[in-house]
Amino acid sequence: MQDFLIELIGNEILALVIASALPLAFIVPFVIIAVWLERKVSAHMQDRLGPMRVGWHGLLQTVADFFKLIQKEDITPSLVDKKLFNIAPVIVFIGSYAVFAALPFTSTYIGMSLDLGLLYIIAVSGIVVAGILMAGWASNNKYSLLGSMRSAAQIVSYEIPTAIVILSLVMFTGTLSLSEMTELQTAYFWNWNILGGAEWNLAKFLIIPFMLIAFIIFYVSSLAEVNRTPFDMPEAESELVGGYHTEYSGMKFAMFFLAEYANMFAVSAIASVIFFGGYHSPIGYLGDLFGIEALIPFEQLFWFASKGIFFVFVQMWLRWTLPRVRVDQLMTICWKYLIPFSIVNLIIIGIITLI
Amino acid sequence: MLTEFGKIFIFISIAAIFVVISIFMAKLVRPSRPTNEKLKHYECGEEPVGTPWVKFNIRFYVIALIFLIFDVEVVLLFPWALGYQDYGWYGFAVGIIFLLVLALGMAYEWRKGDLEWERPRVVPPELSKILINVKGEKVTNKETTESKEA
Repeated sequence: MQDFLIELIGNEILALVIASALPLAFIVPFVIIAVWLERKVSAHMQDRLGPMRVGWHGLLQTVADFFKLIQKEDITPSLVDKKLFNIAPVIVFIGSYAVFAALPFTSTYIGMSLDLGLLYIIAVSGIVVAGILMAGWASNNKYSLLGSMRSAAQIVSYEIPTAIVILSLVMFTGTLSLSEMTELQTAYFWNWNILGGAEWNLAKFLIIPFMLIAFIIFYVSSLAEVNRTPFDMPEAESELVGGYHTEYSGMKFAMFFLAEYANMFAVSAIASVIFFGGYHSPIGYLGDLFGIEALIPFEQLFWFASKGIFFVFVQMWLRWTLPRVRVDQLMTICWKYLIPFSIVNLIIIGIITLI
Repeated sequence: MLTEFGKIFIFISIAAIFVVISIFMAKLVRPSRPTNEKLKHYECGEEPVGTPWVKFNIRFYVIALIFLIFDVEVVLLFPWALGYQDYGWYGFAVGIIFLLVLALGMAYEWRKGDLEWERPRVVPPELSKILINVKGEKVTNKETTESKEA
């Protein structure tokens, strides 16, 4: 994709700038649809209809909300730390957008094909914590500070089980690059990592239950990392008003919102890449069937997006199923359950790969 | 040809430029009519009491310390995870011993009770304090923040 753009435009830097802006063209429509979906899912689970007026079944509701947010007054309270207050949304969005650089959308498009993709993702997702802490501290508001402190403790703690699960997947596949990991799970769905990978031997069948455990640990801790219910302590609206973005309004608030939904897709996409074959189709390609090569990247984009959106849907589902946990329960789940289980799981996966 | 890290730099700049441009665009459209009440920071409609910039709880520091140890461990284990299969059981045992030493450290933390998220003691309100509140005198800040964290 990048090479094609470089040939088309002739200037390398300009072509790379356009190629790097492409995920943005994915994120913004995704967020518009996801916000609508969230409202619809929550409405139907509570036996309501949700937004119905703007467009077909309220489909244009989020677009209308976006235009409303643009016109809203941006209040900067007089006592805030102005510099940090203004920088914080930028940093939070950078943290979530940088993850998209390493995601393989199709076999032809990946922001940067670094061999260290997974390590890079673990590293840059830490930037979000700095932005959230900044927002909370600069707001000069007790709710914001408490929310951001909780958020930092939570994201930082749950990064460890995520990293250990990724480590066990790295031990199993022997690569850190997301596109290589996807290529290992090519062809049909029984080659996915969650079903034991592409090699047909004894280890494939032995490893399936431990892969399931690894996926559950990964999914739970990724829920906590993007501050979703049942782990939405940082923005628990019934006790902390709005958490770290209590004082934000207008477009700056919209940026926090955008970053949050982008993050939701990012973690779902990582889960689909390392466990569910990434952009690969579970049932073969239409392009192969009809002999049209050009169709395959679009099909891959479709599968990548639908796997991601499916896990985002499960996140919304869980939001309306499970009650919020307390702070002490949150820390107990992470340190006393997820981390010991993930370490034991890592040792078992290591033993199985060796036999 | 740009290196891969150069591409990351372009990605990060695009994200920053996107946010700055959209906030700037909104600035052109939106009204700006600040009043004294709007510019106060929010505390459920009450007059804000005291500053939130206080020393926060030591528990967060302990969590950060344990996180640091584990994160360094994970970073050290990544190269091992890529290469241990070349050395067979020997290579595996080396990594596991390293992991177990850390697990021992964590068991120690657990035993010492540093993983417990201590719940603040509930202090029942005393009549004398409530009377002081009504008079409008200064209340000690410590207890109010503690009970909010519960």
